[in-house]
Amino acid sequence: MNVRTEQRIAFTVLFACTLLVVMPVLVVLAIIFAKGYTALTPEFLFGMPENGMNAGGILPAILGTLYLVLGAIVFAVPLGVLSAIYLVEYSRDNAISRLIKLAIVNLAGVPSVVYGLFGLGIFVIFLDFGVSILSGSLTLGIMILPVIITASREALESVPRSFRIVSFSLGASRWQTIRHAVLPHALPGILTGTILGLGRAAGETAPILFTVAAFYLPALPASVFDQTMALPYHLYVISTQVPGIREDFRFGTALVLLLLVLLLNLAAIILRTRFRKKKRW
Amino acid sequence: MDNVIIQTRRLNLYYGTFHALTDIDMDIEQRKITALIGPSGCGKSTLVRVFNRMNDLIDGVHVTGDVRVHGEEIFRPDVDLIDLRKRVGMVFQRPNPFPLSVAENITFGLQIHRSRARKEFPDVVEEALRSVLLWDDLKDRLKASALSISLEQQQRLCIARVLTMKPEIILMDEPCSALDPIATLRIEELMRELKKEYTIVIVTHNMQQAARVSDYTAFLYLGEVVEFGETKQIFTAPQQQRTEEYITGRFG
Repeated sequence: MNVRTEQRIAFTVLFACTLLVVMPVLVVLAIIFAKGYTALTPEFLFGMPENGMNAGGILPAILGTLYLVLGAIVFAVPLGVLSAIYLVEYSRDNAISRLIKLAIVNLAGVPSVVYGLFGLGIFVIFLDFGVSILSGSLTLGIMILPVIITASREALESVPRSFRIVSFSLGASRWQTIRHAVLPHALPGILTGTILGLGRAAGETAPILFTVAAFYLPALPASVFDQTMALPYHLYVISTQVPGIREDFRFGTALVLLLLVLLLNLAAIILRTRFRKKKRW
Repeated sequence: MDNVIIQTRRLNLYYGTFHALTDIDMDIEQRKITALIGPSGCGKSTLVRVFNRMNDLIDGVHVTGDVRVHGEEIFRPDVDLIDLRKRVGMVFQRPNPFPLSVAENITFGLQIHRSRARKEFPDVVEEALRSVLLWDDLKDRLKASALSISLEQQQRLCIARVLTMKPEIILMDEPCSALDPIATLRIEELMRELKKEYTIVIVTHNMQQAARVSDYTAFLYLGEVVEFGETKQIFTAPQQQRTEEYITGRFG
């Protein structure tokens, strides 16, 4: 076997593997789109579920997911960004700060169902928020905290040290330096991390299972202490728990969830490339 | 000497256990250019960073002895670092403007200290750019990114940014090492202009630059001041053998 043939075989194998990796994504997208797009009518997107979810729409689930995501951001972004600032800019490299960083990395690896149980124990029962949007948002917020902290830390660490040095040399305090010389340049990275966290929060089922999600609730929530339907859980319910639901409804729901997450990720990518063009240090 | 603006007595500096500066006694005169020369690692950059206490940012730095700026001991615990660094500005080796516009770079310090009203900013920008001879080049590009101008212009911009703080002393740590020879000469020209109003302490590894631009020169070696005197004397009639060997290029 000569070098050329070897080369060709290697190339073919590598290409085939890559193709195999992309295949599932494409197939999943294709199937969900093919079977679900007929369901995407205005009535489906903006209507209430009727007739045991076999007619009407999924508006409460869409809105519910949006509320939950919004609640998770309100809670997780300030907490995550501020603690990232502390870890990068203030804390010294000692045993405690290394332990904290290790804990955050491990938090990212905790299975989401464990977050669900944790939320049930803390928010629903102990703090007595009940099964509610508040409990669900807080649970999702805790789940995406590590994503936000890690992204924020990376964004802060990528701001050149010289920016801080110059700022100090101009008589700025540490906080002024962070506020004026570091944060503005880290913001794009923080934003991107946040949006990716949102995508994750929107798609998770387990954390909302015990903390907020309603099986069937053909009404919009009135306050943060109400239960709500949410897309991932709704999908689970109509796919496995209730027999005889129209197929296009099931795939339509999946498609809406998928589009929502893709849209968030797309926004993150656009933001990132846009800011990357601007910064050239 | 009434004109002494920086005075050090028995100044010693340690990085952890490493003794970086030993018994430095120096009197730096007002409105003159003082050059610190010496081989790499001799402590000249460390010394210049003592004067605005930028060494504080490094963990494990320990300083003993006396350092006075305008008669005020700057290592006392009650010293206002913000005020000190406003009075003792610094220009760095690589031009380091922020990735902001030309105008925003100049007003950065003012925004932090809220020392001037926002409506005065255009005047401040013009004045600062004029004093570093950049106004004519950049007056139409104030909103352009500071990273889009030439390196020499960037370094001038960094000097202008310091000037807005109304410092008394400007520390320059190898300010021309990233610049080409022509730009270097023009920055030196600017330094001669600036010394009418400001005291300049410049660290340089370029002996010709020290000879061309400075009034006084200190030769440092292994953390000690080997010789300190008028530049002309240091370069024509050095008193110490080490100094002569260094300026004639036998080591370093």
